[in-house]
Amino acid sequence: MFLENANPLVDEMIQILNPEGEVVKPEWMPELSKEMLLKMYKTMRLSRIIDEKTLQYQRQGRMLTYAPNLGQEAAQVGSAAAIRQSDWVAPSFRELGVWLYKGAPLYNVFLYWFGNELGMKMPEEVRILPVSIPIASQMQHAAGLAYATKLKGEDDVTIAYVGDGGTSQGDFHEALNFASVKNTPNVFVIQNNQFAISTRRAIQSKAKTMAQKAIGYGIPGIQVDGNDIFAMYAVTKEAVERARNGEGPTLIEAYTYRLGAHTTSDDPTVYRDESEVEEWRKKDPIDRLRIYLFNQGFWSEAEEEAFVNEQSEFVKQTFEAVEQSGLTPLEDVFDYVYAEKTPILETQYQERKAFYAKEGK
Amino acid sequence: MLVLNLIEAITDALDVAMGMDKNVVVYGEDVGFEGGVFRATKGLQAKYGEERCFDSILAESSIIGAGIGMAINGLKPVVEMQFSGFMFPGFNQIVTHAARMRNRSRGLYTVPMVIRMPYGGGVRALEHHSESLEVLFAHTPGLKVVIPSTPYDAKGLLLSAIMDPDPVIFLEPKRIYRAFKQEVPEEFYTIPIGKAKVLKEGKDLTVVAWGAMIKETQKAIETLEKEGHSIELIDLRTISPIDKETLIKSVQKTGRFAVVHEAAKTYGPGAELITIINEGAFLYLEAPPTRITSVDTVIPLPKGEHHYVPNIELITSELRQVIEY
Repeated sequence: MFLENANPLVDEMIQILNPEGEVVKPEWMPELSKEMLLKMYKTMRLSRIIDEKTLQYQRQGRMLTYAPNLGQEAAQVGSAAAIRQSDWVAPSFRELGVWLYKGAPLYNVFLYWFGNELGMKMPEEVRILPVSIPIASQMQHAAGLAYATKLKGEDDVTIAYVGDGGTSQGDFHEALNFASVKNTPNVFVIQNNQFAISTRRAIQSKAKTMAQKAIGYGIPGIQVDGNDIFAMYAVTKEAVERARNGEGPTLIEAYTYRLGAHTTSDDPTVYRDESEVEEWRKKDPIDRLRIYLFNQGFWSEAEEEAFVNEQSEFVKQTFEAVEQSGLTPLEDVFDYVYAEKTPILETQYQERKAFYAKEGK
Repeated sequence: MLVLNLIEAITDALDVAMGMDKNVVVYGEDVGFEGGVFRATKGLQAKYGEERCFDSILAESSIIGAGIGMAINGLKPVVEMQFSGFMFPGFNQIVTHAARMRNRSRGLYTVPMVIRMPYGGGVRALEHHSESLEVLFAHTPGLKVVIPSTPYDAKGLLLSAIMDPDPVIFLEPKRIYRAFKQEVPEEFYTIPIGKAKVLKEGKDLTVVAWGAMIKETQKAIETLEKEGHSIELIDLRTISPIDKETLIKSVQKTGRFAVVHEAAKTYGPGAELITIINEGAFLYLEAPPTRITSVDTVIPLPKGEHHYVPNIELITSELRQVIEY
């Protein structure tokens, strides 16, 4: 429906739900049950609560560097809602909504950002690779995951996420090319949040859209309003079905905006005006779905308040539990380098242990 | 005289170099408008324009690969890798081209470029933000590898690196970017690449370190000197080429040798330095030369990082063993 007619050379994007919370393209409106709509909404809202509270904790010196997702919740949750549980995800580092929608325990997510690798040991059914910080590197893994799925005769799809900055890396292009040549069941989502830290989208590429990078690889590319959860869901769903039917990969550009800092180590006031951020706040992805739900009679102010209170408490308690988790045990540092510790590693482990014993630690 | 911290000294060196030579260009991720994530290039775009100081595209291979072309064609690129752990997409260009262009063209084409990278741990950072990768470069023929530990050295060594006819990997210990200030001359000056610095003379033991480990080592030495030992501390400053002469001369005097580094142990820089001592001062040795290093694991995230890097207590304890051997 979308992909057949998509022309990524034209700077137009698919929008179904406008910033006022109105469905402007009823013919495109995906079928979504009330239950599903509420799950999508609650996941976005929870993601927002987690970000806001985590930023507080970070300011209080209780959290390490953290990458907030503010403003990108629809791009994340809308696409995640369009895949099934057994589908693979290759994330970068700004996909909290995807983790939550796929059932990643918040405790684990927090533990990772709290500086403990154990957080990335997710329950197996989550099927998300660990956070990938080297920009765009995960795109290649997504192509490989999908190739393996195909070879094994399974019908799972692999969805990968990358930023607008990531489209400059060789890995991005190589992954698209591999997926195209091997016709793998992939969906690649660019979260175009307009910034690579301080570097603006316009400096990153002269291309009118990021979606048009698909053209050179002979695969469909499409630009979507990334703050519109219905558009993100509907387009991703079509791309996922296409991939599952053996028709190959798709590149989706989610046009969105990073309302927060790159990470808590970044100060965006150095490179952008608050007025620009204010303009984008008017396009907030959560607000527009909430208005829609109110108008449908699916959600109320009272339910909103109760949900926020309950989830804030849940986030607080989860974070406090993570704070109690202590330091990484010495053996964890040594136990996962290889399947079996090498003799040299065993010696080094014993040496460190003996030193701690001597120091009374 | 200016009074600068290490990162300000780097900015000042870049400013001096750009002011002296219009062929010096400075770029990297977020390097232009913002002045880099650590602000090493702060103010340079405003002063020298967007053509000479700019935000690169987000691609380390492009930053280095295009820099090689610029260097061959008369410019002097001084590029930034945001963190040394992000360098790998560009490592291909460093090893296959920057390091060997002179050799491949028998001197016709050369790559006088500087690749700056913040490196090292201890800042409670995310994954790929804490590596000490000096041996990867030091093991590559054609590269020079420099690590300053003070603001004064940072400026003088960076200016030497920019003047150097060959590619220089300039590793900056980010943990001490803002740790202390020091008097730094306003004008142009250089500190020779390939020359270690004796920070403190001593009779009983020679210790060599560099970068952020100098501070830890100094504290360990303070404790040991209170116990009555006399220790010589050398800041290696250049990882490649190594200043063998200074090291050997010192060990011939003290008879004992230890190296302290943040990089992992096996095939680490300590192995090479100890070999140099064995080759050049074996008959003077009164104890086996020792390396006090990080362990051979993946560098842990912050909650486990203390297991990895040698702390002051461990350095003190190991140095004491060398003295008491």
